[in-house]
Amino acid sequence: MTSSANGTMLSCEGLTQTYLSGGRRLTVLNNITFSLERGGFLAIVGPSGSGKTTLLGLLAGLDRPSAGRVVLDGHDLGSMTEDERAELRSQKVGFVFQSFHLIPTLTARENVQVPLELRGEPAEERAQELLARVGLGDRSHHYPSQLSGGEQQRVALARAFSARPQILFADEPTGNLDAKTGGSIVDLMTGLNREIGTTLVLVTHDRDLAAKARRMIRLADGNVVEDITHS
Amino acid sequence: MNLPFVFRLAWRESRAARRRLGLLVGSVAAGVAALVAINGFTDNLRTSVGAQAKALLGADLNISGRKPFPERIESWADSMLAADSAGGGAKARVTAFAAMAFVPRTTGVRLVQVRAVGPGYPFYGEITTSPADRWRALGEGGKVLVDPTLLPALGAEIGDTLSLGNSRFVIDATVNNIPGDVGVASAFGPRIFIADRDLAATGLVQFGSRVDYDLYLKLGDPAKAQGIAQKYSLPFRDLRYRVRTVEDDRQDLTDTLTRLGNYLGLVALVALLLGGLGVASATHLFIRQKLPTIAVLRCLGATAAQVFLAYLAQALAMGLLGSLVGAGLGVAIQQVLPRLVADLLPVDVTIAASPMALIVGISLGIWVAAVFALLPLLGVRRISPLATLRRTDEPAPGRRDPLTWLAFGLLAASVVGLAAVQVRNLEDGLYFAGGVGAVVLVLWLASLGLIKGLRRYFPTKLPYLWRQGLANLYRPANQTGTVILALGFGAFLLATLFLVQYNLLREFRVGGALGGRPNLMFFDIQKSQVAGVETILAEGGHPGTAPVPIVAMRIHSLKGALVRPPGTAIDTTEDEGDTAPPDSTRASGSGQGGPRRPGGWAVRREYRSTYRDTLTDSETLVSGEWWTGPRGDGPGRVSLDRDVADELQVVVGDDIVWDVQGALIPTRVASLREIDWGRFQTNFYAVFEPGLLEQAPQMAVVLARADSAADRGRLQRQIAERYPNVSAFDLSQVQQAIEGVLDKATLAVRFLALFSLAAGTIVLIGAVTTARLQRLREGVLLKTLGATQRQVLRILVTEYVALGVAAALVAIVLSSGAGWALAKFVFEARFDLPVVSLSGLTALLIGLTLVVGLWSSAEVLKRPPLEILRGE
Repeated sequence: MTSSANGTMLSCEGLTQTYLSGGRRLTVLNNITFSLERGGFLAIVGPSGSGKTTLLGLLAGLDRPSAGRVVLDGHDLGSMTEDERAELRSQKVGFVFQSFHLIPTLTARENVQVPLELRGEPAEERAQELLARVGLGDRSHHYPSQLSGGEQQRVALARAFSARPQILFADEPTGNLDAKTGGSIVDLMTGLNREIGTTLVLVTHDRDLAAKARRMIRLADGNVVEDITHS
Repeated sequence: MNLPFVFRLAWRESRAARRRLGLLVGSVAAGVAALVAINGFTDNLRTSVGAQAKALLGADLNISGRKPFPERIESWADSMLAADSAGGGAKARVTAFAAMAFVPRTTGVRLVQVRAVGPGYPFYGEITTSPADRWRALGEGGKVLVDPTLLPALGAEIGDTLSLGNSRFVIDATVNNIPGDVGVASAFGPRIFIADRDLAATGLVQFGSRVDYDLYLKLGDPAKAQGIAQKYSLPFRDLRYRVRTVEDDRQDLTDTLTRLGNYLGLVALVALLLGGLGVASATHLFIRQKLPTIAVLRCLGATAAQVFLAYLAQALAMGLLGSLVGAGLGVAIQQVLPRLVADLLPVDVTIAASPMALIVGISLGIWVAAVFALLPLLGVRRISPLATLRRTDEPAPGRRDPLTWLAFGLLAASVVGLAAVQVRNLEDGLYFAGGVGAVVLVLWLASLGLIKGLRRYFPTKLPYLWRQGLANLYRPANQTGTVILALGFGAFLLATLFLVQYNLLREFRVGGALGGRPNLMFFDIQKSQVAGVETILAEGGHPGTAPVPIVAMRIHSLKGALVRPPGTAIDTTEDEGDTAPPDSTRASGSGQGGPRRPGGWAVRREYRSTYRDTLTDSETLVSGEWWTGPRGDGPGRVSLDRDVADELQVVVGDDIVWDVQGALIPTRVASLREIDWGRFQTNFYAVFEPGLLEQAPQMAVVLARADSAADRGRLQRQIAERYPNVSAFDLSQVQQAIEGVLDKATLAVRFLALFSLAAGTIVLIGAVTTARLQRLREGVLLKTLGATQRQVLRILVTEYVALGVAAALVAIVLSSGAGWALAKFVFEARFDLPVVSLSGLTALLIGLTLVVGLWSSAEVLKRPPLEILRGE
């Protein structure tokens, strides 16, 4: 195992998440431990309700675990406040969601600008450039409702990469798209992963997509049942 | 903090919210408009009073009283004017009294207020007449100038002969404008003006008639007026004359009008607060819609503070926009207000935009928008980025946010503060806030009760569509609370106003309509004329009641203590005046400190008393015994009105000596009565037992009843012709006058209360519009499942009718309580619910809710199902 200085981007230890449901304690994640190197590409797979999305939320610092810890690029998320984690996300993390989650009142380009503007960086030129990269250079003034699902996801991808994140979390990025469109999104993601060395963590049902990852963790009932690394 | 991002986000985020923008702007604008209008108008009034102060009084100094001026006052005035080194001084007399005016050509007759004016009056200001410039011609004699309302009342025209007492005059012109005069005053008795020199010939100013005497002085150096007034007001008061200056008048009027305007502003403030409620409710639902966006922003690394500030900035911007729109609207309304209240104002108001009112209105608008938006906006901080992964509809409940309490506190403090600043009085601000809080609380509890009750006792037997509509009242994201609160408050205000006015007027209406009750009153009948008046009435077929004798008197001593010292000498020397120190034995001093003394008004006033051996049906004995049997030795027995006895601080058994035109009549209080003043009949503070006053100078009053207006006119005419000094009150005219005055007096309040209804309607539109998406989704799903347009419409109609009924019922129950309390404790009138009119209000509210509801939901009906499902 490598330290964060020479390569670990993300690690978790004994990660457990339980909820109280109808008076009974429900274990959604049970004692998950793994780490991922810088520039790695991890796919988390498993059936519905296996805890994939919960794990993603915890890894990205969107939620706090019941037990265990997550270290993201050397920062222990458990010791940080909500706002400190937000700050960290704005510096190092990108997101892609199943339902795109573009902000409906912002144009495509403005959506891409948000992460840069949050960091107080010049945004317009880079946003335009990124949109061109995802093939939407001429759609920058369109609102999300004027774009197709695939186009929206491409904008979301441009937004995710706009602030040059160290790590990108994707939750079923192709779940709402047809196979062809989904394929092009995956190609874009892997391309950017290679180019700027962004670490990729994605949750998916899609076998083809999972097969492209260099590492695959399979969850079932909150436990890691398989951890395969392709070389 | 990265503020540029905050502002950029606020700006971009506002784009797609045009509809919401319009609503929030409207919410704030209605209240700000009302506030700017009333405060601006009050400001204009103040300025106008200042500018016209001299014309208000018409002179530098006024001395007024109920008796002809004794020689020493006249000579004091003359010598003072002569001593005035500046020169140019003058004096003028005005004598005012009530009398019957009669036009022989038309046989019209009417009780009028006569003013006999001496040459020179008014020294300041101009009385305008039509035809023009007839005022100065009055002094030629033989002419009369009249209120414009008198001509139609008498059926007369300019040039007609008008008879007044023993004299005849030519109607020369109508008087359009008298500075310092309140228009509605003419409703109680139109004014007519004659020359001072014509007064004696009318024979109307007789001993015992009620006359006001005014002496107006113009000084060579007006600046001296205040000093003179200060120096002589006390000795003049002892002689029962009052001294007023321009400055007194200006001060009194400014204070009164400003206070009135400030308190009227409270009604406008209610509209603004309702607008605030609209802001809060719209913001709440808006945040719910923005939940995914906010979650994404948090995911992308925006801090809670950044997101919160972005939406707060939006709220502030909308507050500003709404305030600006409202301010513009307010200035426009300010032009209309004078027309509503012109008859109640003694000055011509010059309308100008008031910078102060604008600044105050705009700041209050922004402040209210911000404070009300704060509470729902705090929830933004609790929206978790996790919501991007898992759909939720509400911000995470979390622990009770301490900032929420802070925001609540700020809100409550703001309401108190705004009201206190508006009326310049903290205590009243607290009362206002308490009242508003109580009404809001009751409305809120009522809506909560409705929601709970409906859920618990749901009418499961109703047809499906009805159930669906009713269930919308308690389902998640329902609008019940907001709508009842918003509409209920405006309706409550209007209904309360209406109820108070209705019950005040009812007292008169009932009196006038009841069979057999008198509706005509003849007064100032000389003892020698009583028999003649009775004969005319009896021959006309409308026999009068037994004549009621009236004796004018004052209190000489109370429980052995003298209440008025002999008049103090008046000296005209300017320095070192001999304004005698107040007599220590005098009980009338309004002295501060020390034991409470009997009230000056009750002690000093002139009493018009009667004597009889029975109680009337409007009197109830509350203490002591009514006299029976013949008068014994010792002091005579007198019965007092309970309130007057309180003022005088006397109880049964105390001695009072009365001064009846110089003759002293010792009495002992035998009983106290409670009097129902609402009846149209003669009532007296002091009633004497028979055998004491029969020989005193006295006048009589006779009441009669005639059902037709023609008969009433004929009787008045016959008596006026035969006995010109006898005046008549026609109850139906008085009733009309009172209705007219009340109507005008409440017009401004009702006008401003309409703004709260307007604000309430905007809030309603907001509530319906913001919940529209939900309704849209539901309606479309129902249509997809096979519901027809008609069925969806029926569901919506049921929902909005139920909401309207609920709001109206709560408002009416609440206003009935408030109206009852006001009638009982403030106006001491009986209370009655006008069911028909209240049903009208209910129908109006239901109609309003229905129209707004259906209009905003039109889309639910029109849009094809597929379009909306695809858009999801």
